Formats: sequence, structure tokens, C-alpha cells
Amino acid sequence: MSVLVVHRAELVLVQDAGRPGRAAIGVGRSGAADRAAYELGNRVVGNRPGAAALETVLGGLEVEAATTAWVCVTGAPAPLTVDGRPEQPGTVLALRAGQRLRLGVPPSGLRSYVAVRGGIAAPAVLGSRSRDTLAGIGPDQVRPGDRLEIGAEATEPLRVDAVPAGHYPAAPVLRVVRGPRDAWVADAERLVSAAWTVAPDSDRVGLRLAGGRLSVHDPGRQLPSEGAVRGAIQVPPSGEPVVFGPDHPVTGGYPVVGVVVEADADRLAQLRPGEPVRFRWA
Amino acid sequence: MTVLPYGDRALLVELDSVEAVVALADRVRADRALADLLDDVVPGARTVLLVARPDVALDRLRAAVPPLQPADAPADAPADAPTDAPTVRHPEPPDPGAGRWVRREVEVPVTYDGPDLAEVARLTGLSEAEVVRAHTGTTWRVAFGGFAPGFAYLVGGDRRLEVPRRDSPRTSVPAGAVGLAGEFSGVYPRSSPGGWQLIGRTEVAMWDHDREPPALLGPGDRVRFVDARERR
Repeated sequence: MSVLVVHRAELVLVQDAGRPGRAAIGVGRSGAADRAAYELGNRVVGNRPGAAALETVLGGLEVEAATTAWVCVTGAPAPLTVDGRPEQPGTVLALRAGQRLRLGVPPSGLRSYVAVRGGIAAPAVLGSRSRDTLAGIGPDQVRPGDRLEIGAEATEPLRVDAVPAGHYPAAPVLRVVRGPRDAWVADAERLVSAAWTVAPDSDRVGLRLAGGRLSVHDPGRQLPSEGAVRGAIQVPPSGEPVVFGPDHPVTGGYPVVGVVVEADADRLAQLRPGEPVRFRWA
Repeated sequence: MTVLPYGDRALLVELDSVEAVVALADRVRADRALADLLDDVVPGARTVLLVARPDVALDRLRAAVPPLQPADAPADAPADAPTDAPTVRHPEPPDPGAGRWVRREVEVPVTYDGPDLAEVARLTGLSEAEVVRAHTGTTWRVAFGGFAPGFAYLVGGDRRLEVPRRDSPRTSVPAGAVGLAGEFSGVYPRSSPGGWQLIGRTEVAMWDHDREPPALLGPGDRVRFVDARERR
């Protein structure tokens, strides 16, 4: 059982729940950037939690089923077609052999997840099929002509026909726990007062905030390297904050002024370059 | 020891020294009850980040963090320390050997012909031969990871080898390069940019996708560098 990748406009990666617990050997968690959307897709197609799916950016993917495949697209609500016929994201779709599923550009959000019943059967590294773009481990990015094998990780029957499609209201305000290194930053309050926009060079490693600078008290003073998590907002000497994404460095040496709460961290994954975003203290 | 919140899913424990970091990370890993609350333990140079599992409240984690006993401060366990991880349950009385164990001792043969060997000699006031003797003269220990898969920050070296990073980092450092920076030594697992002072190179693979585990060095492992030329 497999699906054939016909076309890909943007980066398409295999992602799963990641590889937590490996920081001591320099390996971060990685995994789906929007965990809730990824998990939802797996549940809907009856997969074991942790089965691998495809993570797409701004739609940008067309696949052909080699045999019958059950799929569901969650996350950014990409308009779908199956052999040109419109379908709804969030719906469980049966692709018959030879049928093509195409993801268009979603009206909101950035990353969509294509969950396939059975999961994507790419080789695992350290127990995970996630591509860590910073560490360079896990399955290579998906390219046109790739044949993706479908795994045997369907553990539950198909119980629902559809779930509500993702929806991402513009200009979100994300909650941040202050610190632990806010005292290193002269104007930490600017983080919550400024109107930021997502810089174009944002990726899975970090989301770069444009529209202002924070100033570090003593740019020459170095913080001993310390562990980081997804959502940590680091202030490099340039002053333009970087919000760590799923492929963030395991340890870093720039002060972290605040950390986006877990419940809002998935929303970061759906912010597009150029979109406005604000923060408030949790 | 200070415990700071780090977002709503993690606690950052601040410590005075990297030796205390190694000791606390060991204790946490050996404490099954505490390890069960955690998604990850991320040691740093002066901190240990404890990342809670999704279903664990931070207050519960905070209550479970063991106080660091003065007896834990030295990083070096005796060479004949037990090889099995003991289960240490807080708040039992502190046991001098608790939470510390030797996982493995790894020998890394090094050809000491690095491009910064002369500079390190100049900075330290040692001869090049003395730098090599100092680097091979102590057992190093993995303190924490980061930078790249398989990169281990090693501590426990000869204090005379503490040198600053290079003023301008190299855009490409080859895999296997052995470097010094501050209190640390390390081996570049793959070709990458890097700012450490390079004193030698090894042919031992620090990271190999096709090996299980892929990383040569794990938490708590000990490393002995040996002079590859002397060995022949």
C-alpha cells in the first residue's frame, strides 16, 4: 500500500509525535509543529497515537493513491480536491487507486496535516519518523515522484465521517509566562506592548518577530548554555526576538524573556510570514 | 539551588557549577518516581531544565525535585562505582553514592595536529606536548548535549586548558575535530560551523545513523582521550 507524490509546491515533511527525552545526546523533540491538529488527524483515521503523517505548508501538495487509502486533512483548512472534485478538510476521504488528492492554499493558518489510515511507514530514527530540520535527522523531505509506503498503525475502526475544519482568526494574542531571563532584558514589557509581525525567514527552528527590538542590558555578557523548549522567546544580540519552534536547538545561550504557554504553542505553528501577532503575560 | 518556572510545562533549576548540574541530572534520571513525571531532562552549563509530561502539573513536579545535597557536588564518582542505575527515592536520607553511576568509559584516540594547537599552547603558557598531556591526563565526563546530534559537552578536564572561543568562528569545522572552549572539550560529530579551539581530530564516529544508539556518548559517560600517535 502506498501513495505517490505527484506535486509539491512547498516544504512537505513526515512528522509524528517526535522524540522526547533525548536532549542529553543533543537531539531535540521535533515532531508535528501543530501537535493538536496532527493528533486529531490520526484519531479521525483510527491510527495509533504517534503514527506518522505529512506536514504541508500553504497546501502545496498533490498525491496519488496507488491502492485505496483513507485520509483526513487537519490543521490549516486547505481547500481539497479529489480528481478535481471539491472536498472538505476534516472529512475522512477514501482515495481509490489512481485518484489524486490536491491541497490548495488555505484561507487561514499555515500548516496542514495529511493523516493516512495506517500511518506513513518511513524509517524511524531514535523511535520517531519526524524530520528534524535543524539536526538533519529523520526522513528526507518529500519530493515529487516519491512513493510513500502506508504502515500498519491503524488500531481503531473509522468512527467519524468528519471533524470541524481548522480555523485561525487573524492577529492572535498569545499568552506568555515571563522569564526565566527577563531581568537580562532592559525593556521586557515591550514584548507585550509591541505589535509584531512574523518575519519571512521564520521556519520550524524559530519564528522570527519583526517590528521592534528588545534590548539586552549587557550584550557582551554571555549566558551559560541552558535548555530550551518550544515556545521559548529568545533575545539574541540583534534584539529581534525568536520564538522557538519544534526543531529548536536543545540548548541555547541567549536570554529567554518569556515562554509561550503550551496551550498557545500550536497556534505559533499556524502563523504565516507577514501576519500580525501580539503577546500578553499569562 | 534556585527553581524558576520556564513556561507552564517546565522548571529551570539553577546551580552553582557544572559539577552540581551533572550530579542533579544523575539524581533525576536515577529517581524513577521523578523520571515518570518528565518528558525530558535537559542539562545545561549551570542549569537543569525539567520538562513535565503533558498530564503533570508544575506544582507536583516542583514538590518532587530533590534538594541538592552537598555530597552530590563532586562530579567524579570513583572508577569502581556501581554500573547499574540505583533507584533513589526522595526524601530518603542522602546516600553518598546515590544517583551517580558510571555508564561507560569510552576511549577516543586523537591525532593532536589541530589548527589551534599552537594558539592553545600560547594562551595557556604550556608547550604543545603539555597541552596534549593535559588533555589526555584526565577522565572527561559528558555534562550535557546540544549544538548537534551526538555533540557532548565534556567537563572534568585539566583546569589549565580553559581557553576562550576563537574570536571569529570557522564557517566549516570537519567531523571528528576535537575542540576546547571555556571549561569544555568536545568532538564535532559532523561538519558544521564552529568557534571552538581545535587541537586535534579523531576518526571515531560520534554519531552514526546506522548504529544503535546513534550517539557514541550518552549522559554520564566518561571519556578518555588518548594520543593516537603514542598508541601505535
